[in-house]
Amino acid sequence: MNESAQGHLASKHAILDPALALPFPQAALPILRDPQLRRNIAHATDIIQAKRAKLVAEKTDWWQLRDAASAIRNHALENLGTYLEEFESRCTAAGGRVHWAADAAEARRIILELLREEKASEVIKIKTMTSAEIQLNPFLQKAGVDVFETDLAEIILQLGEEEPSHIVVPALHINREQVREIFARRMGLEHLSDDPEALTAAARNYLRQKFLKIPTAIGGANFLIAETGSVVVVESEGNGRMCLTLPRTMITLAGIEKVLPRFRDLEVMLQVLARSATGERMNPYTSLWTGVMPGDGPQHFHVVLLDNGRSPILARRTERQTLKCIRCAACINTCPVYRQTGGHAYGSVYPGPIGAILTPQLEQMKHAQSLPYASSLCGACYEVCPVKINIPEVLIELRARVVDEERDHSKRLIDPMYVGMKLANFLFQKAWRFHLAQRLGRIAVLIFTGHDGWIHSLPGMGAKWTQTRDLRGLPRQTFHEWWATRAREKK
Amino acid sequence: MRASLFITCYNDTLFPETGRAVVGLMERLGVEIEFRTEQTCCGQMHANTGFRGEAFSQAKRFVQLYRDAEAVVIPSSSCVAMIRDQYPGLFEELGNSALREEFSALLPRVYEFSEFLVDRLQVEDVGAWFPHRVTYHASCHGVRALHLGDRPYRLLSKVRGLTQAPLQNVDRCCGFGGTFSVKNAEVSSAMLATKLQDVMATEAEYCTALDNSCLMHLGGAMHRQYLGMKTIHLAEILANTESSSAEATQ
Repeated sequence: MNESAQGHLASKHAILDPALALPFPQAALPILRDPQLRRNIAHATDIIQAKRAKLVAEKTDWWQLRDAASAIRNHALENLGTYLEEFESRCTAAGGRVHWAADAAEARRIILELLREEKASEVIKIKTMTSAEIQLNPFLQKAGVDVFETDLAEIILQLGEEEPSHIVVPALHINREQVREIFARRMGLEHLSDDPEALTAAARNYLRQKFLKIPTAIGGANFLIAETGSVVVVESEGNGRMCLTLPRTMITLAGIEKVLPRFRDLEVMLQVLARSATGERMNPYTSLWTGVMPGDGPQHFHVVLLDNGRSPILARRTERQTLKCIRCAACINTCPVYRQTGGHAYGSVYPGPIGAILTPQLEQMKHAQSLPYASSLCGACYEVCPVKINIPEVLIELRARVVDEERDHSKRLIDPMYVGMKLANFLFQKAWRFHLAQRLGRIAVLIFTGHDGWIHSLPGMGAKWTQTRDLRGLPRQTFHEWWATRAREKK
Repeated sequence: MRASLFITCYNDTLFPETGRAVVGLMERLGVEIEFRTEQTCCGQMHANTGFRGEAFSQAKRFVQLYRDAEAVVIPSSSCVAMIRDQYPGLFEELGNSALREEFSALLPRVYEFSEFLVDRLQVEDVGAWFPHRVTYHASCHGVRALHLGDRPYRLLSKVRGLTQAPLQNVDRCCGFGGTFSVKNAEVSSAMLATKLQDVMATEAEYCTALDNSCLMHLGGAMHRQYLGMKTIHLAEILANTESSSAEATQ
């Protein structure tokens, strides 16, 4: 076994449960120290970003497409109740069964009951982040149901006992040699090479047995179509198509926000999704199905509609746009923070900028409160978002909610950031106060200022700056002092 | 033409040379500069850290202080972005209709420094001389919030003696992000290291920008690591002429 390859798999310690995860700054530390992991992440995101940029540039109507996609998603969310009920009635009429789950526990319970009805002891799965959100796999395993992922990246994660670090390419943090090691170890293929063809052949052999043997499948949905009751899954590998044709029973788990009003909305959404997500004009496999078709595909079809914290988001004016997300991950790929930390630092199955706004809200602001601050507000995410989610705006809104909560706690008085901000605000109310503080500050930092006129080390919060950066010492004269002197001299 | 200089709190305290350069340049171009001494801060730091009420009180101060100004010039792209992108939301939520009207009337007269030159004064050649190799860091707010586009490059291209050194990944964040640099100091430093690789690869003598906060971040690391490159606000380059004694300050 290749010790070094395995040693680099940092997510042995990754915890993607917001209730248990470390705050972002601490969770990021071991990753920042891991050269292999950082190289893998930067390399992968650079490639996807370049492909996306090229394919977006060739669309002369990209900005109109983006406007249209945004309008469709806005309209769907503004009338979500109506469209969900329409979806339910059309899907039911076509032979599907629709179940409503208020939270993760209810969704897990519904799915387990359906599996028990089927007497299923094994299931195959299409990649679905929503199932990761509700921690479905460990729950089913505990209940005695063996779960087999069929998406290549998900197989890598499952066999390697890894956690996803990205929502479109969940094994992005694992390189080819590491994949080879996992497959060789878990499939018993001692002499497997790290040639991509050999690796995919190994995965295919492993998968074929599952596809042929296991009659029950669980998947997610990219879109639900209200008008027709159809479910849409887009994918690259064809494993999803296999899960939608061979099994007897299909269970689709979908967040309530996934609904689109009309079939023709796909014209816009499929264009922006493929280009944004994988940098392709069209994704290789797009599966659409409506209920049950006798003699063709699964004969038992269930849709579990999951709320799990989504409704409260819908009720908030600024934050509502979070639910427009179509999970393309363009924001993740472009994010300069994610580029350094990868997904695991976010302590959630939803990483990157979208995770930083989605996770704390799904957690009703009870957990993951460090995530709204895990951004330099550089705005790259908003620029690439195909449905125009103003992520920096939502981040700031969530920061305000975190601070507003702190205002009622007595611990605020020992939080240097809180005290500092309140003091700064007091000073900024009157110019004379601000100017007095400048004069006092100039004297105070003198003892930290070196002979070269620069500050190399500061105490308290300032130490967070000077641990990697110098700070020029305060100039002898502020601008307004210079201005006043000049005005006097002119007279 | 009479323009009011909003220097911003951190330029006033940490980078007075930028303000002096703006004044020198504007007067050279025949613009009368005024400075309203009651000014303090635009509220960006408070807004971005989640202190909305506090940010609002500073935003209100700003509008009340400048409502009768002919033009307001601000040599800090992120502060201008604060005013354009965040004031409307703050006033919508916490302000009254009178304040909103005053703000709407004032907003078209608020200019970022390079916008004021290129759009308002319609000048690109300001007669500057700066015989050095310079790379331009397009700050996040300059690129994505203000859409400054090629304005800074056009201004730089007219500076005598100056050689522009193109920067790879020019729109990538330096990792400053205000309180982000302290709250997430380690991630911020990692971003800074990535950015510095591109900046140093230009082999420029100076890295310039329209936002001293990015330059404080980049320059702080350059100084710590003895990298042999200096940072300078674009206004200081444009203020410099062959006859002026004010060689670039560090």
